[in-house]
This record gives sequence, C-alpha cells and structure tokens, in this order.
Amino acid sequence: MTTSIDASLPGSQSTAAYRWLAFAPLPYILPAMLWTLLFFAAPFVAMLLMSLWQLSGPGLDTTPTLANYAQFFNNPAYFQAMVNSAEVTAIVTVVSILLAYPFAWILAERVPERWQRLALALAVLPFWTSYVVRSYAWLLVLGERGIVNQTLLGLHILSQPIQLANTRFATVVGFVHFFVMLLTLTIYANLKQLSPSYRKAAADLGANPVQVFWHVVLPLTLSGIMVGAFLTIVLAIGDYITPQVLGGNNELLMPQLIMLQIGRRGDFPLASALSILLMIVVTLVYLAMARWLKLERA
Amino acid sequence: MARLTKTTSGKGVIAAAITAALLGTAPFGINTASAEDTLNALIWCDHNDPNLLKPFEDANKVKVNIKEFEGTGAGMAILDQSKPGDWDVMVIDSVDVHRGVEKNLFEPLPEAELPFADMFPEVKMDDATIIGGKRYSITEKFGYNTISFNSSKVDVKDMTKMSILWDPKYKGRMALYDYYLPVIGMVAMGIGKKTSELTEADLPAIKEKVALIKANSKLTGEVAASQTALATGEVDILVGGGEWVTAGLHKDNAALDFTIPDEGGVLWAQSLAMFAASKNKPLALKFIQYVMSPEGQARLATSSCYWGMPSNRKAALNDDQKKLLRFAEQPAYLKRAQRYPAPSADLDKKMQDMWTSVLQAK
Repeated sequence: MTTSIDASLPGSQSTAAYRWLAFAPLPYILPAMLWTLLFFAAPFVAMLLMSLWQLSGPGLDTTPTLANYAQFFNNPAYFQAMVNSAEVTAIVTVVSILLAYPFAWILAERVPERWQRLALALAVLPFWTSYVVRSYAWLLVLGERGIVNQTLLGLHILSQPIQLANTRFATVVGFVHFFVMLLTLTIYANLKQLSPSYRKAAADLGANPVQVFWHVVLPLTLSGIMVGAFLTIVLAIGDYITPQVLGGNNELLMPQLIMLQIGRRGDFPLASALSILLMIVVTLVYLAMARWLKLERA
Repeated sequence: MARLTKTTSGKGVIAAAITAALLGTAPFGINTASAEDTLNALIWCDHNDPNLLKPFEDANKVKVNIKEFEGTGAGMAILDQSKPGDWDVMVIDSVDVHRGVEKNLFEPLPEAELPFADMFPEVKMDDATIIGGKRYSITEKFGYNTISFNSSKVDVKDMTKMSILWDPKYKGRMALYDYYLPVIGMVAMGIGKKTSELTEADLPAIKEKVALIKANSKLTGEVAASQTALATGEVDILVGGGEWVTAGLHKDNAALDFTIPDEGGVLWAQSLAMFAASKNKPLALKFIQYVMSPEGQARLATSSCYWGMPSNRKAALNDDQKKLLRFAEQPAYLKRAQRYPAPSADLDKKMQDMWTSVLQAK
C-alpha cells in the first residue's frame, strides 16, 4: 500500500499522505483509549492526588504532603500488612500453580476431546455462585464442626479438633480454590496450542518423558503459567473478602488495612496512599514477569 | 519460535470461562431509581428486609430504593459521590449525627409529628441529635455491645464480670467483634473508666486489656462472621455481642444468650435522618413515621439481619419477642449502660491505630 502511494504521489504529497495514514487507526483505538482514560487513568490520577492530601476534621486538607506514605513506613503494623499480603499471595500463587498444572494436563491430554468443553464448564461452575457465599461455605467446611475436622476425628487421626478456620491456612485454601481454576484455564489453553510434533521430535532425539516435559513442554507453556500467575497475584493481593471472612482478622492484609481507614473515619487520603503502594508492588511484579506476559509468541 | 498450530482448544469456551470466573469476584450493583414515587434510602442491613419495607411500599404505593452501607465513613463516602437530592433518608449512628449536620446534609425533623413521648428517654440522646436547637434525627433502634455466650458451654456467673474477657479461663473459645469503638468502650468500663471521658492517656491501659482479649480470641469478625462463629459452636463467647447477635439465633439454639455485666454494656443507637436536599420530604417523613410507629418498630426490631431494641416503648412486639429482647429489663440495663466513645478525630485515629497494632500482633 505504501509503495503504491509513493508511486502515485510526488514529493510532499506523498509525505502528507504518509502522515495521514499514521492517524488512520485512531478511530479504531479511540474507544479503548477513552475507556482507559475514563476508567483507569482519571481515577488513578484522582487517587494519586487524594493520597497527597490529609483528612482534617469533616473535610480534607489539600496541602500536598507525603505524610500518608510516611505513616505506612513509620507504623510497623501498616508495613506488616504489606508483608502479610506478599507472603499470602506468594503461597497462593505457588500452590495454585502446583495443583493447576497437572489438572490442566489431565484435561488437555487425558480427557477425550469431546468431553473437554464439558469438563471446562464444570470446572468453572462453582464460580457462578456468590464469592461471599463460597467463602462462608469454606468457613463451615473448615470449622471445628466442619467436615474436615469431623473426618479427621472420625478416622482417629485427631483426638480433638484443630483450628483450621480463621487462620492464614483458611485464607490460602479459599484463594487456592478459586485460582486453581483460573490457572487451569490459562495453562490448558497453552497446552492445547502446543503441537504434538514438538514432543515427538524431542522423543525421536532420545529424550525420555521427564526430559521432554522439562526441556520442551514446560518452557513452551511457561507463558500460560505466567499469565495465570500474574492474574492470581493481581486478584489475590487486592482481595478483601477472602482474608476478611476466612482469616478471622488474626492478621491484617493490605486490603483490610485500606478498608479499615474508610469504614468509620472515611480517611480516603490514607486509604489512597495505601492503595497506590499496593499498585506499585503489583507494577513491580508485572515488570519482573513482563518477558513472559507477552500475549503472542513470535 | 515458530507460530503455534491452531488447535481445537475451544478458545471461546476458555474466554467465556475466564470471564465468568472473574466476574464471579466482583458484584455489580446499579442504582437507577429516582422517580417521584420512589424513596431513596441509605440504610443498614436491618432495613433491607421485605418484612419491614413492603407494608410501607404497599400502603403508599411507592418503591423504597435502598443502598446498604456499614460505618459512618462509608455512608459519607457514598454521599460525597452522590448529587444533592439523590437520597431522602439515612440511617446513622446517633453519636455521629453531628458529622452530617457539620456538612449541612440533614433537615431538622418536625418533633411534633414524631413519637418522641413514647421513646425510652435514655435513647432520645438530645445532646447528640439536637444541634443548634434543632432536632436532626430520631433514634429508631438500640442495643448493647456486651457479652454474648452459649449458656450450655460457659459458667453464666462468669459473664457478669467484664474482667473475664481478659482472663485466660476461656482462651480459644472467644470471638471479638471487629469494631474498635465498642470494644474499647467495654474495656474502659471494665477498668473503671467512663466511655465519655476517655483520653489518649487511657489508651495504653486499654490496649493492654484489648491485647489480652485478642490473645484469648479465636477470631475477630464483623457481624456475620462473629454470629456464625457463635452459632456453629466455633466459639462460646462473643465479646461485643448482645441481643443483636443472640435474639435472632434463639429459635435455632436456645442456649445462645447475652448479659449485661455488672459494669454495664456499651449502648449503641441508630438514628434516622432526613436529607435537607431530599426532593421528596413528605414521603421521607412518612417513612420515618412508619419506622417509628408501633408496627414499624416491631418489624425493625426483629429484622432478619439483626434484632435490636425498638426505641418506641409501644412497639407491637409479642411476648416471646419481648422476652428475647429483655424488654422488661431495659430500664435497669439503660441505667448501667454507657454510650459509645465519641472521640475527637485525632483520638479516633489513635484508637484505630491501637486497634490495628493489636490485630496485627502475632
């Protein structure tokens, strides 16, 4: 197309057409840009500005200050919330990957093709119920009189119930229940895109099944793992419901700390600063994982 | 790397599945009602009960459009994001009414048209609801943050002393209600301080006791979580509970009960206020009158979300309901009760930070 313009238009006219062409895609991307500006950039700027203000009586003191950020670093309880969030998110992500990969592999490789769609639909079926209800259901399952404790007591593995609910363990279980399915979907998609000829070629060259998996399948499905892992990190580190319902407030995570600022006192400046800090952490994670997060593979 | 072969992976199914899974994490609520035959109400969960709202809607041929919130801060945030006139009435902590008045949000109420004479005198709370000589809200429901327990699992006599909360006797069998003001109030009463006179100097002593209570507790939960813990037998005592926890559960487990310790309980009181910018003030007043009527009071008191004492003594409760709410004992309870601490903004922040550090302690 460029060649035909160059050929038909002399000198400056050709350059002008070139410039015009540069803007040709604009109408197509404008809706997405507007959407991003309206629902991401503008709220982000508003939150950033708010984080530099301070709650003052019934109103706000709009003199810019970093006092809210200083509070985070000076108050050990606040900083600990970030540490707790990072720890829980890391555990959830690793456990979810370890469980999701074999599940996705079974779905992609062992379940007959005609049953795979049904299996996938069944896998996500529980997520059509309310997230809050699911969390409370886990609370009942993990409670002292829940099925887990009662089974362990019935089998004489335990002599008395142990505390499973209202612990970090319960929070991790609630998260993993959700994110295993999410990771299964992204890994499954990757496995299905993987041509069998790669494995055959590796086997022909003398690789045993473990070597085929380790040197061929795993590297080629790493992008699916990383996409799922990144989604897991973003959603888990910002989730309020699961730690609130299942963790029993025996430790505070960042979303709980943020909500605490809003609930009674309505301290949106401090809540905004804490949210910005959380976003910075997520951005750092993104940068660390960026090389695997390209959605297409060249 | 070579472009990967397209296979029959069911991309559409995967995309739909991921979308469905992600959507499952985010509840969406859209508020569109604003017609003249609609009352827009910012409410607590106890008003979100058809048993309370439907009779009003049917009698007035209107729709009550509700938005639920928890905590005055969250309510004020909703208002900050709304246009004047979007809302007609609001439920608010009686001690926080001044926060709305400072923002010129509320309309003075016509006292003559409301049943103030029938109310328990202690919950009129004139000092909190009359500002500049004008009455801005009416207390509709009240109760106590005190001690709820399973009477078949604990020694009921123990529950008459606040100090049992920081005694290790019931370690691992307690839950703590996740709201720092009433818990601080209870501890303050337990160590002989008045909730209305708390200062920063009192916080170290209070923190020490709150930390002990936290160490004795299995969990710190909001309304539903703490109620669930007591109801399922996960814990036997709820610190900060009261009739609002046990009265509704009594039909399922008669052993669930509450008491007011010798030191007293922390009085909570919720009010109804009308917005100055309401476009439908006559209907807003009708709603307040309905909620304050004997019928409305009985329905509100026994709401499915939580029970509580009606502030109108003429509430049309049956004998069983009155018994569960300890209706006859209210004068004695109210005599011993103290109000929620109403700290200054600065002290409030320090109390919240103290609470945060206690929750975060390993």
